[in-house]
Amino acid sequence: MDYEKIGLLAGIEIHQQLDTKEKLFCRCPTLLRKTEEHSGEYHRYLRATESEMGEIDDAAREEMKRERKFTYYTYDSTCLVENDEEPPAPLNQEALVLSLTIAKMFGMTPIEQINMMRKLVIDGSNTSGFQRTALIAVNGTLPNGGRIETLCLEEEAAQRVEGEIFSLDRLGIPLVEITTSPCMHTPEEVREMAGYLGMVLRSTGQVKRGLGTIRQDVNISITGGARIEVKGVQELDLVADVVKREALRQQNLIMIRDQLLSRGAFVQPAPFDVTGLFTGTGSSILKKAKIILAVCLIGFSGLVGYEIQPGRRLGTEMSDYAKKCGVGGIFHTDELPAHGITADEVEALHRALGTTEKDCIVLVAATPKQAHCAAMQVIKRAGFALDGVPEETRKMLPEGNTAYMRPLPGAARMYPETDVLPVLVEPSMWDSISLPELLTVRALRFSTELGIDEGLARQIAFSERLPLFERAVMERINPTLAARTILGTLKEIQRDGADISMISDDRFIEVLHAVESGKAAKEAIPELLRMVAKGAGTDEAIEKCAPAISRDQLHAIITKIVDERAAFVQEKGNAALVPLMGVVMAEVRGSSDGKIVSELLRKEIERVCKSR
Amino acid sequence: MERLKTGDRIECSYAGTRFNGTYITSREGKAVIKLDSGYNIGVGSDTCRFMERPDPVGRPEISTTQNDSLPPLSIISTGGTIASRIDYRTGAVTSQFDADDILRAIPGLSGIARYRTTQLYTILSENMTPAIWQELAAAVYKEIKNGATGVIVTHGTDTMSYSSAAVSFMVDTPVPVIFVGSQRSADRPSSDNTMNALCSATAAVSPLGEVAVVMHASTSDDRCAIHRATRVRKMHTSRRDAFQSIGIAPLGYVDYPSLDIHLSPGAVRRGSREPAISPVLDESCRLLYFYPGMPPSALPETGEVHGLVLAGTGLGHVSTDWIPALKTLVDDGTIIMMTSQCLNGRVCDRVYDTGRDLLKIGVIEGADTLPEVALVKMMWVLGNEKDPEKQRLLFSSSIKGECMRRSLHGL
Repeated sequence: MDYEKIGLLAGIEIHQQLDTKEKLFCRCPTLLRKTEEHSGEYHRYLRATESEMGEIDDAAREEMKRERKFTYYTYDSTCLVENDEEPPAPLNQEALVLSLTIAKMFGMTPIEQINMMRKLVIDGSNTSGFQRTALIAVNGTLPNGGRIETLCLEEEAAQRVEGEIFSLDRLGIPLVEITTSPCMHTPEEVREMAGYLGMVLRSTGQVKRGLGTIRQDVNISITGGARIEVKGVQELDLVADVVKREALRQQNLIMIRDQLLSRGAFVQPAPFDVTGLFTGTGSSILKKAKIILAVCLIGFSGLVGYEIQPGRRLGTEMSDYAKKCGVGGIFHTDELPAHGITADEVEALHRALGTTEKDCIVLVAATPKQAHCAAMQVIKRAGFALDGVPEETRKMLPEGNTAYMRPLPGAARMYPETDVLPVLVEPSMWDSISLPELLTVRALRFSTELGIDEGLARQIAFSERLPLFERAVMERINPTLAARTILGTLKEIQRDGADISMISDDRFIEVLHAVESGKAAKEAIPELLRMVAKGAGTDEAIEKCAPAISRDQLHAIITKIVDERAAFVQEKGNAALVPLMGVVMAEVRGSSDGKIVSELLRKEIERVCKSR
Repeated sequence: MERLKTGDRIECSYAGTRFNGTYITSREGKAVIKLDSGYNIGVGSDTCRFMERPDPVGRPEISTTQNDSLPPLSIISTGGTIASRIDYRTGAVTSQFDADDILRAIPGLSGIARYRTTQLYTILSENMTPAIWQELAAAVYKEIKNGATGVIVTHGTDTMSYSSAAVSFMVDTPVPVIFVGSQRSADRPSSDNTMNALCSATAAVSPLGEVAVVMHASTSDDRCAIHRATRVRKMHTSRRDAFQSIGIAPLGYVDYPSLDIHLSPGAVRRGSREPAISPVLDESCRLLYFYPGMPPSALPETGEVHGLVLAGTGLGHVSTDWIPALKTLVDDGTIIMMTSQCLNGRVCDRVYDTGRDLLKIGVIEGADTLPEVALVKMMWVLGNEKDPEKQRLLFSSSIKGECMRRSLHGL
């Protein structure tokens, strides 16, 4: 697709958890827990409140359509602040300095006086009903020439366990939110910039790692489309796909609008009660429903069932809107007869409503309150189709599709957090912040200064275990050995079932020192680490699995092995080296360096061959 | 330059960029601006340029409708967190809603009763005084006489139990008089104000017939407890369930969201008393919290006060050093009552020597009366009864359930 031609504009919002000791507004650890460890639970309801401007936010109003009771899991590592039962502690200084450091790395300007805000979020993920957030810095630059508009310091929301149950361990972990301008023009460029932002963040060495610790929201629009915010793209590899599919969706919605306008299509403003038409229906869903309402979309036939993203139709969008009222979904005549609804019933429906096969009828079946709410949502979404692309917040689905979440939130959802005093960023504080080395620069330095392979240098620089590598190098361990052991050996033995979290940095370094000093052979590293993981001390592990043996002892072992297989050796000649290597190494169980074994073995093979 | 006023549209040049926003206030030398994104930032006022002064937008008036077939309830508002809004001047939450605002903010109330609202005060409860308790009692009594099915008093939580005890002593009520507040400000979606208000209205139309406090029973939004006004105490600075009945079980509960009410057999029923008011208080009373090593000079001078409540240690003790000074006060006519810092349990000055000495010099045992309630009771007794013998009788008996003849074990 020619993205320039369709006028693709995209921006990114990155949310990165900070690896601080304590949470943003309480002194709890930033520790994620297993839900089965929860110590208790409680229940709450949330209500939309007026902002200081006296308005209720659209996004919040949407969440209010259903009365929802939320359940929260508490832990011995959470406190009354997460429960929304104690005013917040002063802003975490470690998090503030770290977020300012990140701002400085992007060449941003700090805000002189930081004012904490409450951003209304009543989907249950915040016990208070708002997320605390503050604008920290503005106006940074990206390598593509684009601009970083803002950097905010916020508190992380609680994690959804399932349904309306939330886990409080994550609530309050500091988070930076970095928002770029809509300065990217192709899906690949979005992916590249997201990757760059992530690299800069990781260069601080103080951000959380692993799935869910960094999330991308992507803002996407095309010419004639609308700004769409896609929430929660967790994997970098999906960013480009999300952009591609959203551009496609907007193109198709524009096409549908043009078709609708040319057909003179319109939406009937109120639903009709058609419960009576389905008294003898074979559809189990319709049979169970207290009421069935029909929405007439005049001139919409064929377009409601039109695919706008792989596997998703305009009807799916309407269904997503309807689901906000608690219904399971909708039926529309573009996909009927099906689901137990017969052609006769569809015909009867058209007859009763005075519509024809040029029109599309949407059915919602539920309790009267839910059905009415859902029908009005369908009418709303169908109306948007006549305008093209509605501005929305959408959530990502697997494979890069997106589904409607809520309207774009506005400024009405922000009001001051009156329990937190404003914080002045003094010029002296800003000046005293030193910038960490970028991981890309560090990788280059590793390969030039330490002489390790470029690929390996990049891998270790971007690895979570970078601090361990740097320590090994400081302690004069061969950099390549250290890097390979960290990136390769540790992963291998973990795959085989070893609990590598039990290997402390101290033990790890001791093992490498033992190898470097000849106390153990390189080949013994996996076995040594496996034993350390099981709780053995380094010396004990060496003693047990790889006692160093003398050159004479080794010589004797090799002589014995070669003599026992003299016939084989004489037949194969030098080709016997490889198979015999295996026999010897198995015998010495890694206590000897492979190079020395191979050297002695070669000599012995020559001896036996000559003696023929 | 035009002097900026709250609400002015401005343009702010900062960090090489121009932002549009709304001027909010000046705080600590910085201009606080609300950017169009909703974020507030504090910047030097020299970066801001006045653009225009929009016409003030009034808040949409949502009229509150009343159902005349429902029982009449009176809401008396005194301020506090159940009715708060953001104040731009300080950036803090202050009490600003009147009773009508409460009805607008909590639409569910209109399904329980029809309301008459009186805004008596708009103060934080730490600023309450005995004089205001008296005005409050008079206002409550007036509503009862006017035929209210029940009265709801919205009140800051800090001193709510003092006020509720004071009204309880001053007013004989045949109908429920319900004190209610909230622990989390009304401007947040998670505020406990809605549930507390709906449960208090439910209690106010119920068969209850005494003064009570209705607040969250637990941290969950699942039910409110109804506490006897003279046995309740704020036991936590910030939790929703800060209010606890001390030494007795709550008078009942209101479930949420069903609003089903359950009253205990011990709760005084509607119509048990004829309406009456005895609004005199003798403010010349003090409450003193004893600590080890506290010098006798901390005691008031002879003749300085009419009554003194001591919050003593354990079973009701103060240092032996205090006995002579206390004797001088009692001999001079000061009424002294002993209560316990333990809060739970009964004072008994007949077990240890110090206690016996206290009784010997004429200190009154406060039984299991809470220290603050004993203070309010003393003000009321000394204000309404001048005969020392009758005073003693009132001190040793329960007037409004403030002290109990039996100590319940709770098992």
